[in-house]
Amino acid sequence: MIAEIGHFALILALAVALVQAVVPLVGASRGNAAWMALSGPTSAAQVLLVGISFAALTHAYVTSDFSVMNVAQNSHTDKPMLYKVAGVWGNHEGSLLLWITILAVFGGAVTLFGRNLPPGLKSRALAVQAMITVGFLLFILLTSNPFARLEPPPLNGQGLNPLLQDPGLAFHPPLLYLGYVGFSMAFSFAIAALIEGRVDAAWARWVRPWTLAAWVFLTCGIALGSWWAYYELGWGGWWYWDPVENASFMPWLAGTALLHSAVVVEKRDALKSWTILLAITAFGLSLLGTFLVRSGVITSVHAFATDPARGVFILGLLVVAIGGSFLLYAVRAPALKTGGLFAPLSREGTLLLNNVLMATGAGTVLLGTLYPLFADALNLGKVSVGPPFFNAVFLPLMVPMVLAMAVGPLMSWKRSDLAGALSRLKIAAALAVAAAIATWVWQGGSLGPWWAAGGMALAVWLFLGVLTELAERIRLFRAPFGQSLSRLAKLPRSAWGMTITHAGLAVFIAGMTASSAWKQESVQSQKIGETITVAGYAFTLKDVQNVQGPNYLASRGTFEVSKDGKPFAVMQPQKRQYKSPPMPTTEAAIETTFLGDVYAVIGDSGGDGGYVTRLYFNPLVVWMWAGTGMMVLGGLVSLTDRRHRVGAPTRARLPAHSVRA
Amino acid sequence: MRRLLYLLPVAVFGILALFFLRGLTLNPREIPSVLINRPVPVMNLAPLPGRGDTGLTTADLKGRVSLVNIYGSWCIACVQEHPYLVKIKQTGIVPIHGIDWRDDPVEGAKWLKKHGDPYDRVGVDPAPGRTAIDFGVTGAPETFIVDKDSIIRYKHIGPVTPEAWEQTLLPIIKELNK
Repeated sequence: MIAEIGHFALILALAVALVQAVVPLVGASRGNAAWMALSGPTSAAQVLLVGISFAALTHAYVTSDFSVMNVAQNSHTDKPMLYKVAGVWGNHEGSLLLWITILAVFGGAVTLFGRNLPPGLKSRALAVQAMITVGFLLFILLTSNPFARLEPPPLNGQGLNPLLQDPGLAFHPPLLYLGYVGFSMAFSFAIAALIEGRVDAAWARWVRPWTLAAWVFLTCGIALGSWWAYYELGWGGWWYWDPVENASFMPWLAGTALLHSAVVVEKRDALKSWTILLAITAFGLSLLGTFLVRSGVITSVHAFATDPARGVFILGLLVVAIGGSFLLYAVRAPALKTGGLFAPLSREGTLLLNNVLMATGAGTVLLGTLYPLFADALNLGKVSVGPPFFNAVFLPLMVPMVLAMAVGPLMSWKRSDLAGALSRLKIAAALAVAAAIATWVWQGGSLGPWWAAGGMALAVWLFLGVLTELAERIRLFRAPFGQSLSRLAKLPRSAWGMTITHAGLAVFIAGMTASSAWKQESVQSQKIGETITVAGYAFTLKDVQNVQGPNYLASRGTFEVSKDGKPFAVMQPQKRQYKSPPMPTTEAAIETTFLGDVYAVIGDSGGDGGYVTRLYFNPLVVWMWAGTGMMVLGGLVSLTDRRHRVGAPTRARLPAHSVRA
Repeated sequence: MRRLLYLLPVAVFGILALFFLRGLTLNPREIPSVLINRPVPVMNLAPLPGRGDTGLTTADLKGRVSLVNIYGSWCIACVQEHPYLVKIKQTGIVPIHGIDWRDDPVEGAKWLKKHGDPYDRVGVDPAPGRTAIDFGVTGAPETFIVDKDSIIRYKHIGPVTPEAWEQTLLPIIKELNK
């Protein structure tokens, strides 16, 4: 009964979304206030209806109602409660429902917080948002009903893929979707602006916080997925350029570019049509990711079960939403008034450079991801594109971007003097070169790859560039110290946000460089009592025992690890065999230190009394997670800036005594 | 000219969409094996201890359509497919031969006692597994369909599921038996 209510609520939501997609739009073009105002109650009704539906599916999972096919296929009574709930979105149908739920919540948020939005813009944006909802509701109702019943119900379910039974991955999809769907806000507002033919600072001021929030969620989601891959897949790596990873990384790149170009729209009234294009692209890439994962056109280790009918449907959705938007863009964007002009050497100029590099980066990732499809479609044979392509093409693009990141914030708007900005970066440059030389000497010129020195230099350059900018802002050493401190205290949150995020990227680059360049590993058949030394850590395999988990059996190895003769840690990696569905997983044991992770994996018995063990030392991995954490923190701090605060007056009130920086 | 620039995104997307449409009809998972339609490699594999057959040789694959299944006692996914192989054996449609790959023969025999034995003949291919390499095996389990003239006609990667059996393997076997 409850499942049927959920299904029915979805159908009602479709009807409401149809009304919301049409009436406010017509109202806005005719200037009919009552019709425009309808977008408010309809978006609230959608939150309610979709919420009921989501609750109904969650109820079926929590109570293990195996008469619902979706639950029977993806859940099991033995599963811990956390994974019963996470099972709701651990499958194609449920994850779509989560998509729609988040979409509805974002629409409701516009209504709730957007009271001082121009009514025309608001009702048009909500109508566009409703169109996306209609597409997804049709998709779920016609091809992927999560509430389909099973007669007779099985005694127990088939269980969730054990790889997904992990706290990191339980929250990975919701965060990712909050990011993907969050970009739908920028998209809806971009389409509304194209319909209105006007993009101005008020538009950008509204779009920025939503994009920033989506970016924060997406960053969290990607990082969580990456972290999961690092500790769960047991290869000691954290990023594989797998199509599904790329599918989430491309919107991230486009979204990052959008964040920066929206700043230019808000402050300088320039780059408007480019910003609109990025807003469409960021969401378009989110939709594309959905298509790639669910249609089976690309092979990936973690694609959903695929079905050609679904593929055709999403492709249709993609063509209507993205093709239609780009067409609208082609027709309307040339008419957008171009605003402030700026010289190439200016803050706008560096932001544009950042945008071009980010967009090119997203383009290369797209090319690499889709290349196997192109080759197959043109009968050039089956190929796969792996990390070497991406590392060779994508990473070099990021070098000039990081170089410019330190310079850009030191430049002034409109026209700036590059020599002046660079002269302030003398110390950063000197120390970056010193870091490169130190790295080179330390790795003996041959121990590590040549690019390690470059990576470390970039990290130092960016980090010091960020500190230099902060010092400039508070006039450190140029004004009395007390005055600098009071300037520091009065810095706007958005400035702090930028500082923390950019510094976070520097920390991340250091971690990424070190963990890629100096990773040490040893794979062998290790007998009980045998000691293997990796990076100065001596791993002694003490024993291997069978242990019983709630829904798995595991063989657990015990390593005593010592460094320089002193005991360091006891590590217990597991190899688990889950019962439902029957599938093995590896649970790596990781001891994190400031300088690197000591990482151990136990495998099958090799037949000669030994066990296959993989032992790694992954330098500075924790720096990557810390760097990502800083980026997320920076985004959150920036979101709390009063200028972004929803409902705040459109013009920020400056305190009387403040001095313009 | 400037106007054309604005058309670029929709044009690029249009081309992408055409590729996607084509992509929906292709199957990226289908990996063609270089050994399809080639004779099985020459092999002379020792028997499993205590099983009573004489191992597996190239000559054993002549005269009848048969399946060659690669397994190992260390292979987890083999546990998953094994009950279904036992069922296929009971139908008597096709003889199944096993290759115990990169395994300790004693363990391989024990494993068959525990999980059921669907095989007519079993040959041991101890590490590094030369015969399996000659077959083009990339992992276990893998199952080959070999025709009457001992020519490899199909390679199935991963566990033999009921769907794979009914939709793919069985039709090929029927066709070859004609």
